[in-house]
Amino acid sequence: MGLSAAASVWALVHVLDDGPLTYNLGGWAPPVGIEYVVDLVAAFVATIVTTVSTLVLIATRRWAIREAGDRLGSFYGLVMLLLAGLVGMVVTGDLFNLFVFIEISSLAAYALVFLGGRGGMIAGFRYLILGSIGGSFYLLGVGFLYFTTGTLNMAETHEILSADASARSVQAGAAFIFVGLGLKMALVPLHLWLPDAYTFAPSSVNSLIAPVMTKVGAYAMMRMFLSVFPTGYLTDVVPVADALLVLGLVGIVFGAVVAMSQTDIRRMLAYSSISQLSLIAVGIGLGTPLGMVAALLHVMNHAVMKAALFLAAGSIRYSTGITTVDGVSGLGRTMPLTMIAFALGAIAMVGIPPMAGFFSKWYAVQAGVEADQWAVVAVVLVSSLLSAVYLFRILERAYLHPVQPEPAHGPQGDNAFGETAAQIATEEPAVESPLDVVLPAVALGLAALALGIANSWIVTQILEPGV
Amino acid sequence: MGVTYASPLPLIAVLLPALAALAVLVSRERYRNARDSWSTLTAIVMVAVIAAMLPEVLDGRVPQTTIVEITPGIDVALRADAAGMIFALLASSLWVLASVYAVGYMRAEHEHKQTRFFVAFALSIGAATGVAFAANLFTFVLFYELLTLFTYPLVTHRETDEAIRAGRRYLTYTLSGGVLLIGGTAWVHMLDIDGTFAAGGILDGNGLSTATTWGLLALLIGGVGVKSAVMPLHGWLPGAMVAPTPVSALLHAVAVVKAGVFGMVRMIVFVFGADLLREMDASTLIAILAAITLLVGSALAIRHDNLKRRLAYSTISHLSYIVLGLALLGPIALVGALLHIVGHGVTKITLFFVAGAINARTHKENVSQLDGIGRQMPITMAAFTLASLSMAGIPPFVLFTSKFYLGWGAAQVDQQLYLVVYLISGVLAAAYLFPIVYRAFWRRSNDHPRYGEADLRMVVPLALTAVLALVLGVFPDTPFSFFELASNIAEATYGTGSAVAGGGG
Repeated sequence: MGLSAAASVWALVHVLDDGPLTYNLGGWAPPVGIEYVVDLVAAFVATIVTTVSTLVLIATRRWAIREAGDRLGSFYGLVMLLLAGLVGMVVTGDLFNLFVFIEISSLAAYALVFLGGRGGMIAGFRYLILGSIGGSFYLLGVGFLYFTTGTLNMAETHEILSADASARSVQAGAAFIFVGLGLKMALVPLHLWLPDAYTFAPSSVNSLIAPVMTKVGAYAMMRMFLSVFPTGYLTDVVPVADALLVLGLVGIVFGAVVAMSQTDIRRMLAYSSISQLSLIAVGIGLGTPLGMVAALLHVMNHAVMKAALFLAAGSIRYSTGITTVDGVSGLGRTMPLTMIAFALGAIAMVGIPPMAGFFSKWYAVQAGVEADQWAVVAVVLVSSLLSAVYLFRILERAYLHPVQPEPAHGPQGDNAFGETAAQIATEEPAVESPLDVVLPAVALGLAALALGIANSWIVTQILEPGV
Repeated sequence: MGVTYASPLPLIAVLLPALAALAVLVSRERYRNARDSWSTLTAIVMVAVIAAMLPEVLDGRVPQTTIVEITPGIDVALRADAAGMIFALLASSLWVLASVYAVGYMRAEHEHKQTRFFVAFALSIGAATGVAFAANLFTFVLFYELLTLFTYPLVTHRETDEAIRAGRRYLTYTLSGGVLLIGGTAWVHMLDIDGTFAAGGILDGNGLSTATTWGLLALLIGGVGVKSAVMPLHGWLPGAMVAPTPVSALLHAVAVVKAGVFGMVRMIVFVFGADLLREMDASTLIAILAAITLLVGSALAIRHDNLKRRLAYSTISHLSYIVLGLALLGPIALVGALLHIVGHGVTKITLFFVAGAINARTHKENVSQLDGIGRQMPITMAAFTLASLSMAGIPPFVLFTSKFYLGWGAAQVDQQLYLVVYLISGVLAAAYLFPIVYRAFWRRSNDHPRYGEADLRMVVPLALTAVLALVLGVFPDTPFSFFELASNIAEATYGTGSAVAGGGG
């Protein structure tokens, strides 16, 4: 992954200097063969995916060894497949190839969720069913487009549709693609697979899929707006943008409100993800360049913040067996570094300036004002209060409540987790996780601060030219 | 407001407390004496740094540090203009005394987690200084939010259920206020208006529709209204009294509420401007809300037996003195409002210091328990008496001077009604404070044992601030030319014809 991250950074720098990279797979020229295109946006997202997952993989090595047991080899095989699929989705310039990569990453993700014991089985099965439906919808949509255009290459599709997009089949295609990708990005009400999948997946897996996987779904949605359908088509002809906007606004509030009532930390973070992804959807749905900038910036910010939060949650679970919100009482003292990572992630997520999360909201609010969408302004602002409610709940317990009397350890401590619970029980209670676990988490937390301060550069150099 | 020139001093002033926080953190509980001297030392250096800028600022030259272009077209920039200087000088000089006091108090009370306390304390002062020196709306919001974040551990310091509840309430109110400010700021920038503060306002003359202006008013004034505890946004303040007393002193006299009213100064004078507010007739609305808060706050204060709560309601009332003074939109009232920020800071911190000293020494917190305390803690109660006289606006104390200007300002703009409000509230202040003085010195108590004065580290600061309340009343330009700064602002805002430095006073 380190290599891949380096390659992405190199590509980003290269694209910044020289414009988009293209690569024709197998040497076939674009209309016939499959084209890979790395423009600014793709390089940006690829860099986020690879860098965040590199840090996560470093941090989760110990957990993976425990969770995967003998199957460590196939575990990492699946992880690599997942990431290859995600990066493929980002760089591909071909509609059908995008479907292939969606399926590659999704299949790997289902298998990884299955590793999470009994709960993981059920969650994974649900994920599999819904995910496959989503994939099929997308494929159907691509099929409809193909009727009209006769090509699968994104750039060419764009060209043909720009000339004439009046065909009924194009509209149907847009609708199917919207549903398919909406499911992948967990847009309410297509989010049902997400909470269980994030909760029951092994910690080494959910720290990986939560930050990056749904983001790539969102990215694919952006691709549709930016480089497949003609400009204005999805906002004016087929009301995909409006649907994204409305569902996104509902999702922001819904996710946050449900997150407040969760007792399991990972489940709370899962619902928080739904809320935050909806912010990305709203950004796309505004259909303006500024909205797109907000969405892309939030793709990055949320990946970094959520990775820090999930790693901290995993670290708590591994050190103490605690998975509940109540259980974190007093951990600020016993696991200081883990809680610093969590606190940084949480404060960034709430959007206290100059942390990263603030700026996603800042641009989203500005985009809302610009587009005269006052509902967006109100919901985005309120959402930061709502996330404060569910995140400060944890910080309050960790720093202000006394350490709990010895939490329940041993096999019953975590029954979603079957065979490895006994191993958890052998750990000392509430001691800080090893440095190779917490340092990446803290690094991600600090990155949330650094990216906030550097957002001006990112926005003017990468995102604004990119959209 | 004069010419700006690049200077690192405003940034240094903001960073010094952060440095102190770091030093405190490194020293930890083990080297507590070293740890506890860092704050005081830094505070003294900080006062020196800020005071060093004073001559230039009085000459109309404004030091500015531009830190970074944080988002396209918007800089994080600090600028020590006259208004910022008033707030920063007040905050930093009171921090010197408060940090000495806090050491005495925290040790006497054997408070836990003192390291965290002093770290958050220093960071809060840094954030308050940032609020003072913020050159534009964005920077203001940035430090305003940080102030919320850093004061939260102080409010919840006791870690009791009550403290945690108060903390939640505090966050709910202040974060909501912050959100309003963020919305307003984003909106201003979307209107292509540069958010850099300028005396006389920046919104006027941009052809804004009435709806837009009212929307911005609700967001921006509403946002700072929370921390300035204008009713009905005051609910967080009395509850936050559960914090240790040095925190209450800091919150209520220096950092948080003053950041709120200072925000009012920024919004009313430097963003909206008098002309725009008068045209919209929005100032009347603000003035009415402030006048109600002023009277109701004072009246509620009389009812409360708990000393700190009584002082909290008194704070609510006095903040609205300032807000009302600003909303009167006249030069003299503006001078009065700015002086009242300083005067109330010095006076109220004395009262809180006294409440804390009594509590640390005797564990009494109710007014009804204070019979005869004046004989046992004479210096402390003498300071309380001086501060009470100042609160009631008795000449020649500092709050007499400021109230005099506020009342004169009300008369100047033909709003005699508000002059009456000021007078009534002055009487009410006497009604809720003088009985305490009476109990302390004239009533005899037979039940409680003999107490002496509290720790010197508490007594000296509270005596000093009490004396300061007197000195500032007689010589408002000692030591930091507060009066001259205030009249410079009034001149810059309302034109040179309105110079008040020569008349009266």
